[in-house]
Amino acid sequence: MGETHSLEDRFQAFVEAENKVEPKHWMPDGYRKTLVRQISQHAHSEIVGMLPEANWITRAPSLRAKLILLAKVQDEAGHGLYLYSAAETLGTSRDQMIDDLHSGKAKYSSIFNYPTLTWADMGAIGWLVDGAAIANQVMLCRTSYGPYSRAMVRICKEESFHQRQGFEIMMHLAKGTPEQKAMAQDALNRWWWPSIMMFGPSDDQSPNSAQSMKWRIKRKSNDELRQEFIDKTVPQAEFIGLTIPDPDLRWNEETGHYDFGTINWTEFFDVIAGNGPCNAERLAARQKAHDEGAWVREAAAAYAAKQASRSARRPAQTHAA
Amino acid sequence: MSTTTHQWPLWEVFVRSKNGLAHKHVGSLHAPDSEMALKNARDVYTRRSEGISIWVVPSAAITASSPDEKDPLFAPSDDKVYRHPTFYDIPDEVGHM
Repeated sequence: MGETHSLEDRFQAFVEAENKVEPKHWMPDGYRKTLVRQISQHAHSEIVGMLPEANWITRAPSLRAKLILLAKVQDEAGHGLYLYSAAETLGTSRDQMIDDLHSGKAKYSSIFNYPTLTWADMGAIGWLVDGAAIANQVMLCRTSYGPYSRAMVRICKEESFHQRQGFEIMMHLAKGTPEQKAMAQDALNRWWWPSIMMFGPSDDQSPNSAQSMKWRIKRKSNDELRQEFIDKTVPQAEFIGLTIPDPDLRWNEETGHYDFGTINWTEFFDVIAGNGPCNAERLAARQKAHDEGAWVREAAAAYAAKQASRSARRPAQTHAA
Repeated sequence: MSTTTHQWPLWEVFVRSKNGLAHKHVGSLHAPDSEMALKNARDVYTRRSEGISIWVVPSAAITASSPDEKDPLFAPSDDKVYRHPTFYDIPDEVGHM
């Protein structure tokens, strides 16, 4: 066996035996880089994902709806923090990641570059966007990197509430007045395609996927996850009497799956490239929040420094007395 | 504007889920001091009654064993099978022991 390959070979055998990789373990540079990119991107998505929903907090139709939405948005902040912490175990810093988000170097899920036009969008986001995220995250609970896997387990436990509350909103609107039902249908029309794009390009167009699968970072391919999500979601739409905006969607007896229409990947890549309806607005909002919070961070650091110097002085005075 | 703040120290968070159980590591967070670390830990790690007690420890204060030394470090326990109850043959007639 060639000595030069032994570390990589051992690593490969280690992950293939379903062992979890921990921060201090040796890992290939590519594995570390892929994880930093993927986990930080995932963290940024949680944080930027707060913005489209925050848009409706002050206009929620009831106190109950408002409390739920607040709790959900707070969860997204928590999820972002779990993920930033997991990424930091790989040697990157929080400041670096935040800088990369603000400079546009780091990406986040393209779905959050779409606007939330009506209250029904809160339903569609919870049901579809969180539903799609859950499909991906359930798979990631079994990822080979320990800290990422543990963050995913926590997130999945909490995310289920997000999808259920979204479906409840859609269900109530679909059962409401014709205007309310139309509002729900309109939200479904606008969010369906971006949601199924969330799983990323098809397997043959996704060059990094194969290596990620080999390293056990990903456990299922983009297309597999997308199909799973569609199979699960179509009956839910039927149940509440809404129509999925895809004329080619039909059950396929032979495969036991739904066939669906062609995804507009041009739109997907265009939004990723920064040309979505809200890309600039989202980044500007993040930057503004960061800048306007600077004095709070500085004040907290100054307070901590003052307390530390006081408590350092105190024992000395006691001895002197 | 690049904001290279003096990054707050990292804290490891341990949560006791209920009395009688040990505190268990749940994750980490940044905070300027221990008091803020506790408050942040409350918000980040116990939003759903996950705990009744929290410890926060500066990550820098933890000394960890190295995975490379795993074998020599733990070897002494691997070759002492007589430390395990199953090492001993006790006739079934004796009953549970």
